[in-house]
Amino acid sequence: MPTKVHVQTRINGEEIDFLCEPRQSLLEVLRDELGLTGSKEGCNNGNCGACSVLLDGVLVDSCLVLAVEVAGREVTTIEGIAGTNGLHPLQQKFLEHAALQCGICTPGFIVAAKALLDKKPQPTEHDVRHWLAGNLCRCTGYDKIIRAVLDAAKAMEAKV
Amino acid sequence: MEEGGEHLQAFDYATPRSVEEAVSLLAERGDEARVLAGGTDIIVQVREGRRRVALLVDVKHIAELNQLTYDAAAGLVIGAAVPCYKIYGQSDIAAAYPGLIDAVSLVGGIQIQGRATVGGNLCNASPAADTIPALIVHEAICIIAGPNGRRDVPVEQFCTAPGRTTLQRGEFLVALRIPAPKPNSGAAYLRFIPRNEMDIAVVGAGASVVLDQARNSFTAARIALGAVAPTPLLVESAAAALVGQPVSDEVIQRAAEAAQAAARPIDDMRGTAEYRRHLVGVLTRRALRGAIQRAKER
Repeated sequence: MPTKVHVQTRINGEEIDFLCEPRQSLLEVLRDELGLTGSKEGCNNGNCGACSVLLDGVLVDSCLVLAVEVAGREVTTIEGIAGTNGLHPLQQKFLEHAALQCGICTPGFIVAAKALLDKKPQPTEHDVRHWLAGNLCRCTGYDKIIRAVLDAAKAMEAKV
Repeated sequence: MEEGGEHLQAFDYATPRSVEEAVSLLAERGDEARVLAGGTDIIVQVREGRRRVALLVDVKHIAELNQLTYDAAAGLVIGAAVPCYKIYGQSDIAAAYPGLIDAVSLVGGIQIQGRATVGGNLCNASPAADTIPALIVHEAICIIAGPNGRRDVPVEQFCTAPGRTTLQRGEFLVALRIPAPKPNSGAAYLRFIPRNEMDIAVVGAGASVVLDQARNSFTAARIALGAVAPTPLLVESAAAALVGQPVSDEVIQRAAEAAQAAARPIDDMRGTAEYRRHLVGVLTRRALRGAIQRAKER
């Protein structure tokens, strides 16, 4: 057995310590060691985006990050998207627009869409489709997802 | 597949803080060591058993590998660990190197661009890599560190075969240096894929041009192709068809024909050789028109 490495990081605003082998992906550690099972394993090779997380605010696939790499960094997963007062507007709009069927891709879409709205609060439909090209959904045909993101952007603007 | 998905084979992980430290690790471990930058190729290759590694050397903690500096006189230096999104996120770089920006905006999706590096795309040495033809037309130089010190290699000489590069034992890519854009110059890169996003080039084509003061004729040009040979190609015969000639459809067509003649495509799942040769003509014309347009707008 290779030696485990002690990693100190911040996940969803909390200081977290864990032990992992260098070969373990961030996705593996999130799900299997830390119980954060919201991030999903789809393709495990960077095509589907189901494991999307933010690393220091930058959208990445957690299956393509080694857990040892997040030492001293800040990770945001789907579990960190909702506020203390309830669902994030994106989560609310995904529900209202029924922007999911089986739901496996949903956490990745919401994390990715959050990264877009953080950067560009009022995206065009083209912006949303382009930004979400790294997230695959095999159920919805995407239209409902795009509408939910655009509607969430509108709702967030109205609140400001 | 066991529960929790495919596990990577076991390996050691090192985070050198200096170029010298990285060189000595890579020299000591030789072929069983591999550099880790964005990880979007190497992690998949190791997971799928396509590459065996005993040590991953994470170069992201070396300051020089993270530099991204642009100066209108000195040009651009891109550390080998700089992810794609940082390059298109900086407006002065985006304005100065439009062909490179086309390419880094096409690599994977947003998640991949958040991690993948231009240096890694080059070192992975895929014949279809999007950034390599763009680097070639922008005249990038590879800065390589190794046990015998540093050496510079023009980017078109860096890849030697699919997945193989000029890097020797103990050597690694530190940065790419790109000269400042010349007056009246422009560049473009584009590729053909059957989808809108997230795919591997069937053919890629890059072009850069320098026009005369009146912007009516070519004073210099570079054409580079991807996915039509074992390595990305600099097509000097296509450039020769342009230099000294007026900007016209006939001249552009002659360059496109020279590019088609230089291409050595194969048949594979992405397309036939014949289809690729056709695409080389189409994409070379379009890349040239894009580069000319940008030269006129600069």
